[in-house]
This record gives sequence, C-alpha cells and structure tokens, in this order.
Amino acid sequence: MVKVFIYPSNSLILSDLIDRFGHEPLAVMREVGKKIRTAGLDSPPINITPEDPKIGLKYAAVEVPSGVRGRMALLGPLLEEAEAAVIVMEPDISFGCMGCARTNELVNFLVRTKDIPILELDYPSTEEDAKAFVHMIHDFLEGLGKGGE
Amino acid sequence: MAKESLVKIAQLSCGSEYSGIQKEIDTAASMVDAEIFFPEISTEDVQNVEENFGFKVASPDLKLMMARAKAIVEGKTMADAVLIASCFRCAEGALVRNEIRRYIYANSKIPVISYSFTERTTSGTLLTRLEALTTTARRRSLLAREKQEGLTAGIDSGSTTTKAVIMKDDEIIGTGWVPTIKVVESANEALDNALVEAGITRDEIQAIGVTGYGRFLLSEEFNADLVQEEITVNSKGAVYLANSQLGPSTVIDIGGMDNKAIAVQDGIPGMFTMGGICAGASGRFLEMTAKRLGVDITELGDLAVKGMQQNVEMNSYCIVFGIQSLVNSLAKGSAQEDVAAAACYSVVEQVFEQQLQEIDVKEPLIMVGGSSLIEGIPKAMEELLSIKVTVPPNAQYIGAVGAALLVSGFIDK
Repeated sequence: MVKVFIYPSNSLILSDLIDRFGHEPLAVMREVGKKIRTAGLDSPPINITPEDPKIGLKYAAVEVPSGVRGRMALLGPLLEEAEAAVIVMEPDISFGCMGCARTNELVNFLVRTKDIPILELDYPSTEEDAKAFVHMIHDFLEGLGKGGE
Repeated sequence: MAKESLVKIAQLSCGSEYSGIQKEIDTAASMVDAEIFFPEISTEDVQNVEENFGFKVASPDLKLMMARAKAIVEGKTMADAVLIASCFRCAEGALVRNEIRRYIYANSKIPVISYSFTERTTSGTLLTRLEALTTTARRRSLLAREKQEGLTAGIDSGSTTTKAVIMKDDEIIGTGWVPTIKVVESANEALDNALVEAGITRDEIQAIGVTGYGRFLLSEEFNADLVQEEITVNSKGAVYLANSQLGPSTVIDIGGMDNKAIAVQDGIPGMFTMGGICAGASGRFLEMTAKRLGVDITELGDLAVKGMQQNVEMNSYCIVFGIQSLVNSLAKGSAQEDVAAAACYSVVEQVFEQQLQEIDVKEPLIMVGGSSLIEGIPKAMEELLSIKVTVPPNAQYIGAVGAALLVSGFIDK
C-alpha cells in the first residue's frame, strides 16, 4: 500500500478511487477528522484554532495570508507523508476544492518538488474522458505496486 | 446588555475557518444578540457567478462570496446585515471584498461591513464593529431621529479624553472635556463640568446616553438609558452638527487610539471601517509630535497650516518610525512648522490609504473628534482628496452630542 496525496485534497471521488485500488489516500478529511475527534479547544466548524496558521509558518512566511497558512497546517503533513500523488487540473468545484487559489498553487508546487511518482490529469468534460480518466488513475496506481510493504 | 431582537448577519468570507477565527466571529455576534449564517446557494450559482457578476477570480471561495452576495441582493436569502471578511494581505480577496461590499451597498438597504482578518483577530476586535452593524439593522427608527428633545446628557469615554454634553430642546447648554485617567472618575468629572456650565443638577436629567471605549463601565455607573458604540453615535452627531442629516455624507474621526471612516446615508451608517493597525495613524502620534516640538496639542494645528509638508520626509506608518523621522528632520534643521505639517499629512495619508479605500467617499466630508480641531488635519485631507472638508462646531464633543441626541428617544420610557 502506497500513501497517495490527492489534489483537490478534499475530493471524495479521488479519495475513494485511491482506496478502491488498494492504496492509502492522503486527503484533508483525515486531518480535519483528527482535529474534530481529538479533545482540545472547541473551535467550530473544523476545530482549527489561531495556532494552526502559526504551524503553517513552516510552509509559508508570515506575510502570507493566515487562511493560506491555516490550510497549509492541514496539507503540509500530508505532503510530507506522500509517496505518490494524483493531481487533477482545473477541477469542477463539486469535484473538490480547498477554496484558495494561492494555497492550491503552493501545494501543487510542493508536490512537484518531491521525488515521487506523480500523475497529472485534466478534469474530464465528457463521459468518454471520464472513463479514460478512471483508467489512467487505475493504471498509475497499479504501477505503484505495493510500496514498502 | 439587555436582550435585543435577534439580528441575522450573513457572513460572506474566505479563510475565516482556516485562520482559526470563526469562533471569534460567532462569539462577537452572540455578544450583540446576533447570529451568523452562511447564505445557501446552489453549485450552479457558484459556477455561473463569474459571468453573472462579471468578476473572474482564481479562488473558489471568492466565487462563493460573490454568489452569496448576489443571493442577498436578489432577495433569495433574507439577511438583516452582512459581514464581508477575507484574509489580511490577500490581494484577490481584498478586490472581491471591496466590490461585493459596493455591490450590496448600491443595490440594497442592508447594512454591510467589511473586515480583513489575521489569526490574531479576536472577538473583542470585532465587537464594536458588529455592535454598530446590528444597531444599524435593528434601530433604524431611533437613528432617524433628527432633533434632540427634553433634557439629556451624553458621555463619550474615549481612549484619551472623556467628553460630556448636556442638551436641552435641541441645543447644547453645557460641555465638559477632561483627560481619561480612570474611566468612571473622569466621566463624573466631565459630566459635573457640563452640569455646572448648564446650571442644572443631575436629578433633572431625563436620560443619559454613553459611548466610547468605557461605555460598559459608564452604563453601570450612570444607569444609562443608551449604551452605544462610537460608529453609530458619531455618525449621528456628525450629520446633526454639520446640519446635513438628509442625503449622503462621509464622516471621519481620527481618534486617540483608532480611526473611523463612515459612509452615511440619511444619518444612518452604511459602510464603515475602523482602523488602528498602527498608532502612527492616530491622534496619539499627533500628541507625541506636539510634545516633541514643545508645543501644546492645541497649538499644533496652527503651526501645521503655516508649514509645507513637502519639505519633510515623514513615515508614520509605525509610530516608532514616525517619531524617528520627526527627530531626524528636526536634527537636519527642518522648520517646526514643516514638521508639524508633515505629521498631520502623514496621519491623514494613512487614513486615506488604509481606510478611505474601503468606503465610498461622498460629499459633504465631515471631520469630527478632537483631532479635527488641529487645523493641519482637515487641511491635509482637503489637499489629498481635493474636496472641501467640513468641521462642524463642537466637533470635539461629537460622540457625546450623538449620545445625547439619540437618548432623547428614550425619555418616554
């Protein structure tokens, strides 16, 4: 099983595909879930506190908006764990979205700087494209083998 | 504070959850008996909004903000007030924030405020802003009051000075102005001074209104009938004193600790901003300038109008650097008049750069508060904006006058 970072990082479809094809999706839902389940300060809706943008300073300097740094506090650890990545370019908003273009640019750059297998795909616009899209993801994931296990 | 009717504030924002401050926004709203909600819209609304609104942006959350703004203006979502917020230092966010604020202001009667936050934004920072927003939404009839009636007192507990006025039948009959040392003691002293000038006793006062930083403490001390933040009372006081109660106007108050820029329509604040990132843009910097020049603050304005700000390079973006610039120019032999003019211009320039971009400036532009009496300040503002600036009589008592005027609506109670 290989840890596969996905972009958009909250795409349920991508996360499900990675899971179905036998790998571990690195999705932001996991990080948010941890925050909500772990006892601590109650800061609804996703329990991010003003401490998180400070954690994000590891990835972006203080002059970067707090929303970018807060998002990086969630995404950064996933990037560090990543052994492979699937990136979908220009996705529809309903496919998954982190809301902030600057965060997206930084995340995509940081993924590409890692020495890991990366599959970059355009978001499909027709049914035929969608089938090919799933096949390409399948083939990529199959090519990853079983990772370190 | 007494329980008031619930005000539903629509939040249009990007990044507040990820900055960890959503709880602060919710807390501030609950303190003023308001509830934050996010307007429901469809995915199609977001997908089509760039075309419908005409602004193409890269961040999906900003598209969401625009789609929600459209839903409010088109009446698909019912909101009593709107809070627009995005991350400080995000250029794309600032552009969208400004445009949707203008859009809502121009196309609805819903009060709107915009704010750029960091992870350090607290509920305390937001409280005054949301208090003003909910007051505008909740008390339009009170704010429509154009005349003071009966015998009322207004006390403005500011960060630097405490002001009190006594008003009777639409006239100011007594005033008091003392430095703020201890909030309650200073307010009592200011009120006593005003009572002596008016020739009446406390028992005769029919209603008391309090405002300013110390308003909550004063509310208990004086059993006040009206406890109101400065945005609302200053707007009301400004248009009342400037005899400009109907139509649009812009009110600017450079205070001791922060500044307010308010777009007013028929005496009711529509858009407003409260600055205060750095004391370099506040009355405090002017006080320090006067001290360094060895003159009284009341003499600084006279000095400034005789000087040429262009002769001195002044950077008061930060009060420390501002004072450094001041000391350096004096050391180089600059004239005191030029330094005074440069200090006034520097403060006004910051208000212009940081705050007047956030509201639509419409004439008449009314400057109020103690700083407006420093002649160099309105002069610098006139130069910068190329419009005439009005400083009404009693401008230094603006908050107290606004409170005394508004509280006369409570006399029957």
